[in-house]
Amino acid sequence: MNVLILNVAVGFALLCFTAGLACASARLIAGPTAEDRILALDTLYINGMLILLVLGLRFEAGLYFDVALLIALFGFVGSTALAKFLLRGEVIEP
Amino acid sequence: MNALPLWATAIVALLLVLAGCATLIGSVGLLRLRSFYERMHAPTLGTTLGTFCVVLACTLVASFAQHRPILHEWLICLLLILTAPVTPLLLLRGAIHQRQGR
Repeated sequence: MNVLILNVAVGFALLCFTAGLACASARLIAGPTAEDRILALDTLYINGMLILLVLGLRFEAGLYFDVALLIALFGFVGSTALAKFLLRGEVIEP
Repeated sequence: MNALPLWATAIVALLLVLAGCATLIGSVGLLRLRSFYERMHAPTLGTTLGTFCVVLACTLVASFAQHRPILHEWLICLLLILTAPVTPLLLLRGAIHQRQGR
């Protein structure tokens, strides 16, 4: 009973996150401006991180948490570097 | 997985469904809203509510499985709280600069 409820909830959450990935990918391809594409990339990172967290919850493996933490970190670094580049024309200012 | 009592399973399932709905609404909003300034707001729903609910569910499941409080998932929440406002701030400033430049 417990496992059934948990399986249904995990499946629903994974389905929602995957649909979110599809929406963000569509905005990444279609986005009229570069800012839209960076925002879509940020959403892609967050959705992927959530998928990994839910998989780690279901299979109770600690490795998923480390990967999710790394994805959150690199997502922040990547989207911030891209936004800074759009703002100023260079990532690291002298 | 069998160490989880029924009420904790119900709470975890509710949190997961809430997180999935919130993240899906945010992503659909990113796709459907019209201007960039409106689209700015939508994905923060997934960043805050979705992540917090999933992390709370992870904490519940891991704590019941190991019979002691497991709190290291909140590191992701702390990281997101610290870093989530930075990227939209830079993006908005870039968008405003570009609009004024035209």
